[in-house]
Amino acid sequence: MDFDLSDEQKMLAEETRRLLSDRASANRLRVLADAGAAWDEGLWSDVAAMGLLGAAIPEELGGVGLGEIDVCVIAGEMGRGPAPLPFLGTVLAADAIRLAGSDAQKTEWLPKLASGETVAAYAWNEGRGAFHPRRMAAAVKAGRINGRKAPVADAGLAKIAIVAALENGEPGLFLVSLGDASVSPMKGFDLLQKQSAVTFDGAAAERLPGASEAFIEAMQDRAAIYTAFAQIGGAEACLYMARDYAMGRKTFGRPIAGYQAIKHKLAEVLVEIELARSNAYFAAWALANDAPELKTAAATARLSATTAYDLASRENLQVHGGFGYTWEADCNFHFRRARLLSAFLGGPDVWSARLIMALQAANAPLAA
Amino acid sequence: MHFEDTPEEAAFRAEARDWLAKAAAAYANPPTAPWEEAELVRLGRAWQRTKAEGGFAGILWPQEIGGRGGTPMQASIFDEEEHAYNIPTGVFITIGMNMAVPTIRRHGTPEQAERYTRPTLLGEMTWCQLFSEPAAGSDLANLRTKAAQRQDGSWLINGQKVWSSWAHHADYAILLTRTDPSVAKHKGLTFFVLDMKTPGITIRPIRQISGKSDFNEVFLENVVIPDANRIGKVGEGWACAMTTLMSERAGSRGGESDLDVATVIEALRGTDALADGAAQVKLARWWTVEQGIQNFRHRLTTRMSKGEPLGAEAALVKLAYARKLQDIAAFAMDVEGYEGVAGDSPLREQAEAAYQWGAVMRIAGGADEILKNQLSERVLGMPGEIRADKDIPFDQLEA
Ligand SMILES: Cc1cc2nc3c(=O)[nH]c(=O)nc-3n(C[C@H](O)[C@H](O)[C@H](O)COP(=O)(O)OP(=O)(O)OC[C@H]3O[C@@H](n4cnc5c(N)ncnc54)[C@H](O)[C@@H]3O)c2cc1C
Repeated sequence: MDFDLSDEQKMLAEETRRLLSDRASANRLRVLADAGAAWDEGLWSDVAAMGLLGAAIPEELGGVGLGEIDVCVIAGEMGRGPAPLPFLGTVLAADAIRLAGSDAQKTEWLPKLASGETVAAYAWNEGRGAFHPRRMAAAVKAGRINGRKAPVADAGLAKIAIVAALENGEPGLFLVSLGDASVSPMKGFDLLQKQSAVTFDGAAAERLPGASEAFIEAMQDRAAIYTAFAQIGGAEACLYMARDYAMGRKTFGRPIAGYQAIKHKLAEVLVEIELARSNAYFAAWALANDAPELKTAAATARLSATTAYDLASRENLQVHGGFGYTWEADCNFHFRRARLLSAFLGGPDVWSARLIMALQAANAPLAA
Repeated sequence: MHFEDTPEEAAFRAEARDWLAKAAAAYANPPTAPWEEAELVRLGRAWQRTKAEGGFAGILWPQEIGGRGGTPMQASIFDEEEHAYNIPTGVFITIGMNMAVPTIRRHGTPEQAERYTRPTLLGEMTWCQLFSEPAAGSDLANLRTKAAQRQDGSWLINGQKVWSSWAHHADYAILLTRTDPSVAKHKGLTFFVLDMKTPGITIRPIRQISGKSDFNEVFLENVVIPDANRIGKVGEGWACAMTTLMSERAGSRGGESDLDVATVIEALRGTDALADGAAQVKLARWWTVEQGIQNFRHRLTTRMSKGEPLGAEAALVKLAYARKLQDIAAFAMDVEGYEGVAGDSPLREQAEAAYQWGAVMRIAGGADEILKNQLSERVLGMPGEIRADKDIPFDQLEA
């Protein structure tokens, strides 16, 4: 057993962090949010040039030829800002194509996704409540798709989308050019990741031949694991933002960091983050190795990370007092992003049920 | 990152497993009726010897002193494998192995190390910890038990210790005393090894809420300790005690009365309870804590096996574990309704024991609040507590 990131992965994290700490700083995010921007296009090119979009894509297809754990590492750093980039959708679309696409689809799209030339969205949700691949209205017939997916993250930036839909009553994933769809902005809680409703009215839809219902479910687990890393990155940013503020802010003649209520609050956040990180590492390992524990590990990582980020982002604002509620303070971005990341794949209720169901299944491995 | 055993680890695991299958055959789960105390101590000593002779006690200790000279990974593997059995052991063994011997070896003389290491390893010496006092628990340095040096160099001890686990079955104690009340409280302490057969020691059992009496009051009246039993210099007791407490934390595993999510799910399988959303959310939460602790431990083991120190964040294991245990035990009672607190429901006895043990774990070895102070101060670098008694000589403090 070697339950740690490799030296190369630690270096990858460090380099990514160095780039983003400046380029996705809170000041920079505020400028973008004020301008109503949906992303930072220049940063996207730089991130692509560093190879951060093609970590899991094979070298012969324009990627770096690393693996899922490296994607997790990058996702974690992206979560710290959070970086104003359509990272998750693009990476998930690339994974879907890489794992379930035809050779032709891979050759056509993976190099463009790795280089950042093409931004992609991953569209599964329709309407309210928990997602279920069999309860979709979007349908494909004779290579044409009809239906509405919403919300879809970053669809306004994306050129293509990987879309979940039924074909002959069976769930599948389809590659669709968003130029052939109508994309309309939706209101959303997060300031920087824009959400859209995407309506298909007979657009050409190419099936990813390997994408079954089980594959779509597995994509949810995969999204949960990448997201867990982003949540932990965000939670950690909140923890140290709160710590630093508390060290400098004085009331009643001493720094608020000296009050036990504040110390214990942040100790609680630390505990949640370390438990979540440990679970996320295990899930990343399970994902990279297609381990039998993958399903429970994904749900475990997701629940832990959601708890940690929710707690950290709220308490960060709390520690900042009234200033925390201002546009000028940096709490806002995580305060909103934490909610987005909790809800968008289904909240804790959904994943708790999923986890307990998986644990109950007679042959589920009960221990990690 | 990988989770599989390396070939060397796999070979060690196979060796440990084979050995346990023979040596521990009598202790295969599920447990029989609980052992009565004296019997448990007898079996515990014997098991410790068996383990030492088999080369599986003191896995991290060097071979010269009877250990295996093994790796943290091997220690963790053996722990896992041993955990599959219902092994007779307890604090009478772990205080010696994880606290007394490491402290003596670090702060004592080579002769002292020699004298206590091997007998402890072989289960011939059992230990208790005489640190806490009525006015000194979290604030351990506030202790009053007095040690005065006599003409011949030996020490005269007078005072009272409390919460002394298994002291009534201990051959030796690690003892923290005050030798100089004229300096600030952390500075005037000295650490000793005490032979529990020395005249002047009275052990009085304290009845616990569980009805058992695992811990005691220990009265020390004109107890004489030879200077050869002093560990470290006079006035260095606090540094010794810190070594003991660090070792205690590092060695802490689950504990006596566990109750985990897998057990609760097994017990509730097929009932409505598991289909209830509120119950699912709680069980899922505790599962994530259990897994988080286990995975966190794996990270720590990895770190130690690369020669990195165990960071202050290790304190979070006990903090997270104890609260979870109390919570899930309460749930296991509630979910059965009235029968969860009376009668023969399958989980009741285990839940009651776990609920009480959860209360112990939240206090013993550093209370929750103290651990949170440590995490915020040592990991997050936040300011220490205000100490009203700072730098004031002990004999000028108000009681
Ligand atoms: C089952 C059991 C076995 C034990 N075995 C042993 C043993 O073998 N040997 C031994 O020496 N000791 C032993 N102990 C003692 C144990 O270490 C102490 O009980 C523990 O350190 C707490 O001290 P206290 O009981 O004096 O509580 P106190 O220190 O009086 O604490 C009472 C409460 O106040 C809180 N508190 C204290 N200081 C602060 C602060 N600065 N900030 C915020 N909150 C604070 C505590 O967290 C706790 O909740 C045992 C205890 C138990 C329960």
